[in-house]
Parts: sequence; C-alpha cells; structure tokens
Amino acid sequence: MTATFFANARLIDPVALTDSIGAILIENGIIKAVFDGDATPPKGAVVIDCGGHCIAPGIIDIGVKVSEPGERHKESFRSAGRAAAAGGVTTIVTRPDTLPAIDTPETLEFVERRAQQDAPVHVLPMAALTKGRDGREMTEIGLLQDAGAVAFTDCDRVVINTKVYSRALTYARSLNALVIGHIQEPVLSDGAAVTSGKFASLRGLPGVSPMAERMGLDRDISLLEMTGARYHVDQITTARALPALERAKRNGVKITAGVGVHHLTLNELDVADYRTFFKLKPPLRSEDDRIAVVQAVAEGLIDIICSMHTPQDEESKRLPYEEAASGAVGLETLLPAALRLYHAEMIDLPRLFRALSLNPANLLGLAAGRLAIDAPADLILFDPHAPFQLDRNTLLSKSKNTPFDGAIMQGRVLGTWVDGNRVWEKS
Amino acid sequence: MTFRAKHLLGIEPLHPTEITTLLDLADSYADHNRRGVAHRDVLAGLTQINMFFENSTRTQASFELAGKRLGADVMNMGMQASSIKKGETLIDTALTLNAMRPDLLVVRHPHSGAVDLLAQKVNCAVLNAGDGKHEHPTQALLDALTIRRAKGRLHRLSIAICGDIAHSRVARSNIMLLGKMENRIRLIAPPTLMPSGMAEFGVEVFESMEEGLKDVDVVMMLRLQKERMDGGFIPSEREYYHRYGLDAAKLAHAKPDAIIMHPGPMNRGVEIDGTLADDINRSVIQEQVEMGVAVRMAAMDLLAQNLRGDRKAVMV
Repeated sequence: MTATFFANARLIDPVALTDSIGAILIENGIIKAVFDGDATPPKGAVVIDCGGHCIAPGIIDIGVKVSEPGERHKESFRSAGRAAAAGGVTTIVTRPDTLPAIDTPETLEFVERRAQQDAPVHVLPMAALTKGRDGREMTEIGLLQDAGAVAFTDCDRVVINTKVYSRALTYARSLNALVIGHIQEPVLSDGAAVTSGKFASLRGLPGVSPMAERMGLDRDISLLEMTGARYHVDQITTARALPALERAKRNGVKITAGVGVHHLTLNELDVADYRTFFKLKPPLRSEDDRIAVVQAVAEGLIDIICSMHTPQDEESKRLPYEEAASGAVGLETLLPAALRLYHAEMIDLPRLFRALSLNPANLLGLAAGRLAIDAPADLILFDPHAPFQLDRNTLLSKSKNTPFDGAIMQGRVLGTWVDGNRVWEKS
Repeated sequence: MTFRAKHLLGIEPLHPTEITTLLDLADSYADHNRRGVAHRDVLAGLTQINMFFENSTRTQASFELAGKRLGADVMNMGMQASSIKKGETLIDTALTLNAMRPDLLVVRHPHSGAVDLLAQKVNCAVLNAGDGKHEHPTQALLDALTIRRAKGRLHRLSIAICGDIAHSRVARSNIMLLGKMENRIRLIAPPTLMPSGMAEFGVEVFESMEEGLKDVDVVMMLRLQKERMDGGFIPSEREYYHRYGLDAAKLAHAKPDAIIMHPGPMNRGVEIDGTLADDINRSVIQEQVEMGVAVRMAAMDLLAQNLRGDRKAVMV
C-alpha cells in the first residue's frame, strides 16, 4: 500500500494533550511518522492537504446498539457501520442487548461474521454477563472471551441478586475480563420516566431521585472491593455519584466510568412537551448535574464519552411519554454534540479526544486511540467550526430518533480512515 | 375576543384573561341553566366525541350534558373496551377518529401527555378531561368558578389544597390556575404524597393540617387515589383520616367562613368527615358539580367559535 501524507493538519494528541500544527505519515495501515510544524512529504506519498483542519485519532465508541440479531429494521451492521464512519467513529463496541441477547459463543460468532461482512469500521462485540441478561446465571465468560468478547455487560439491566453478581465478578476477575455495569438502584428507579423534581411534578411524570444512581454505584463499589474485578460504569450522570467514584479510584478499585454525550449536552427541561426523542435511560438530569458531569470529564474523573447509540423506530417513540421506548441514536452526532463543550470553552480538544479515543482504547487494551508511531491508522479529519442544522432524515442510521433534530451544531467530519483506508469522505 | 386557544389541554398555556373570559361566560351559563334557558343553537350541527380511556362517571356525564345543552351531537366512546385492547396505538385511534370529522374531542387518558400527543394529530378542538397525573383543566376552572361565586372574587384568597397531591392532576391544574390569578396557595400532604420540587412553584408546603389550614378562605380536599398507588404511601386509611382527614376540629383552624371543596368522588371517613361534606353552610361540593356543566359549556362554546373562525379563514 502506498504511503499517505496528511499535510498542514492541526494534530489533536490526547496523550501529550497538545493541539498543534503538524503532519502525519501513514503506510500499510499504521502511523509511520508524526511531524511537528511544516514537513516535506516523502517521495511517492499521496498528499492530503488538511487545510489546517483537525486530525485526531478515530473515536472508539463503547456501548453501541446494533439491532442485529432481532431488529434489523432498526439498525444493521451495514447502516451502523456507515453511520459510524460518517460520524468519525472508527471502532464500535457493540452491546449484547439484542434479540436474543449475545450470551453464547455461537451468537457472538454471528455478530462477528455480520460485522465483518458489512461494517466499514472495526466492530468489537461485548457479551452478556448473565444468560439472557436475566441476572440469574453467569454466561460462559471464558469461552466468550476466547471467541472475541471484549467486555461483559447486561446493559441497562441491573443484576439485582448480589450473590449472582459477586460470583460473576469474581469469576470475571480470574479471567481479567472487563465488566460494564449500569448503576441504578433497580427498585427505586422502577417505572421512572424522568428525574424527580420540579419538572417531573409539573408534567405529572413518574420520576426517580438522582440518588438512585449513587446507590447503584455504592453497591457496585462494595462488590468490587470484595471481588477485585475490573469494572467500568456505562454512564455516570449525576453530581451526587461523583465523590464516590473519585474515592473508589483513589482507593485503588479497578473502576472507570463513562457518560453518554446526551447527558453532557442536554438537560431534563429539553423534554419540554413530552418529546419522546429525549427519553433516555437513565433520564436526562438537572442542569447542575450536567455541568458537574462535564467538569468531571474535563478533569479526567469520568474517563469516557460515548454515544449510547440506541436505535428506535418511530412506532416505539410515537407513544405517550411513559409508554415510549428509551434511547437515542448518536453515532453521527457524537462529535458535533461533544464539540458543543469545546465551543462553550468547557473542555479543550485534546482532553475531549482523551475521553472519546484514548481512554476507551486503553480500557480495551487497543493500540489505537492515539497519534503514535506504529499505532493503527484509524484517523479522522474534521472541521470543528463548520456550522450546520441537523436534519434527522439525512442520518445514515436506519432509525432517526435523535434529540438533535433541527438543532444548530458545529463540527463536521471531513474524512475517516480505518487501518489507513478511507471509509468516509464528506461530499 | 380574548380566548384564542385552539384546544383546552391544560391550565398552563392559558393567559389570566382567557381564564376570566371563560369563567365569565360559564357564570352566565350557570345562571341560564338554573333558569332553564336553552342554548341549543350554540353547537348545533357540531359533533362532540367523548373518548375516555379511563373510567369516569361524573366528568363524562358532565361533558355529555354540556354538549347536549348546547345542541351538539354527542357520542360516547368507551375506549377501554375497544381498539386499544386489539393493540391499536393511540395515534392510530386518533387518526381513525379524525377521519370521521368530529368537531370537539373530549379525551381522558391514564398517561400524562397523551392528550397533547393526540391533539397534534387531529383537526378538531381537543378538550383534556384528565391526562395521567398531569392536568385536568375543566376541574380547575369549575373550582375557580365555584370559589368566585362563593367568595365574590378569585384573587388574594388563601387556599389550602389537601391530601393526595402526588397522584392528583386536579391539584396540578388548580395550582396553575389559582397561582395565575394571584392567590396564596398552601399545599398540605404527608411527605410521601407530596411531589418533589413543589416549593419551587411559588406555593407553601405543609405537613400538618393544623398549620396549613390556618386562616384559609378555601379548603380544597383531594381524593385519596387508592387505584394509583403501588403500595406503601401511607400506613393505613384510619391513620390518614386521623392526621389528614378533614373534620370539625381541623377545620376550626381555617377562617370561620371558609368553604369546603372536593372534586369527588369522595371517600367519606378517609379524607373528609361525612357530616362536614353535607354541611350546606360550609360545603360547596354540590355546587362544584353544577358549575362543572356550565364551565364545560363555556369551554366548548369558546373552542367552537375559534374552530369556526379557523375554518372560515381556510375557506377564504
């Protein structure tokens, strides 16, 4: 394969936390060299003039729902893969909450085969922690790991039985397997559609106290101290949970945490007149919580930003709020939404990509996620300022359930490369 | 013309002058109803459909009577027995009904926001007859008219709303309406039946009847909604009655001329003492029912005027 030289680029380096003009040379799918300032392209290399726009390591998105098997009309590996490429996501880490759940090596192999056939980006599958995500018996964690599962999670279902959960965590520890948990005290949050408070009372919707998240986290931290498992919180969305996370990290518990981009950029009031595209799980929080969580990302307490891409068809959203399905698509809006924080001067670009690319790579033990020699050439070229108004019908995802429909956003992906191959180019 | 709304979905979107316009018209309808003056021409030629996805006796009867007194063709649809049982979504039901070209649609639904959703999909005027725990605007309007007739004004009154506020759409609509008309609102409930964040609505929150009822002009009791409770809000009905049921001793803390209201149906001996409820000197509960018909007549009259105006504008 010929070499490609990215000239005149603004390099976003999440390792050195720098944002400076330079150039990058890639060859045979890996990064060959990184140059500071002006550099001359080597002979024979294809030159791409980045025009001063940003080059960053491709986004690694943990927790993407591709609705195969079971609900291919909502999202397929082909549509999710194309959406990911368009959104600058070079690796999607898929959720096992499909129909049926990914809880055996056989279903996992199906996912891997379908992904390989159809998706232009890397797909790393996760598997369920318990069979059928029922919280009763652990899955074949060892066999699933051998088959390629990168993490184990029951997604938005909490393992209520702490005996089952502690055994699964203990067993996972022996394999150094990563477990991803959803921290909601399951009984307190049962039936809730929004966060409790003035807005919930005004709309007459069943609410859950933000404290349910803290309770879920406290329980899981206790179990981690007991079992020593490697654990990642899928989403931390409330201020009250942050001190517990900080304390656990300081005490050496093997814990990391993520947050969905919607909780970083929207709050409970966006639900307004029962707009079901804003119904998420956990529900959107207060503005105070949102600000606290953004700060935690900037400081590095929260490690990862993800899209929590959850495709839902129109039928499951066009219902009274309480009955409507939760979740929003996010692969294509992850970057422009996250850039809102950059434009609001709440976080700089290197720190943003630390949360979008580097930290997820480190969590999964991947060489990608950085602009380093010998790292895979998974790169994105983007203009952080390009303004546009989102029209949900232009999304490549099969499902169009985005809360950003009609929103003015800034930041467009101009090109996406996976293993040095261009998989997306803005027309 | 100071009533511009296309639908009556809640009190929240109404302007105080719209509320006053509606109450003024309802006031005259109330007098006419008493004198037996008929107004069969007001809604003549219009079709009113009552769609109740949740059980109702009094509200449905009140809407039906209001429509008939104004000459509308009224149809009742018991939605619990029909198509939703067959799996039809709310929106499909709405579209089907819309194709039958009704003019006024009266809807009650067990989920908050469901009536708003339905109103987006139809071309007629929609009246919310109660949606989940959200709003019940005609109840608040009839309460307001009852208060105005009993007290001679609807501002600068001290009004206590007592009981199961958490499950009550009546309470929410009343807080909105009475707040908009600049009254002092005091909410009294056990903390388990008080929704969170209520103090931010500009109301005073009390956990004791004795403190909360002090010097109020109006005592509005709410029904304990046993059917909406999934267990464990209060220890027992007798303890609830002991601490929060309205009896003569608790009422003594209110002003001597304070009136007693209840949206019905009452649980006698749970939230209110039976003799107090029947005390014609204090209780205006029967008058509330009477005002209900008048308020619904006024609401449908005003919405029909706007509907006819819109349709004429489209034709020109």
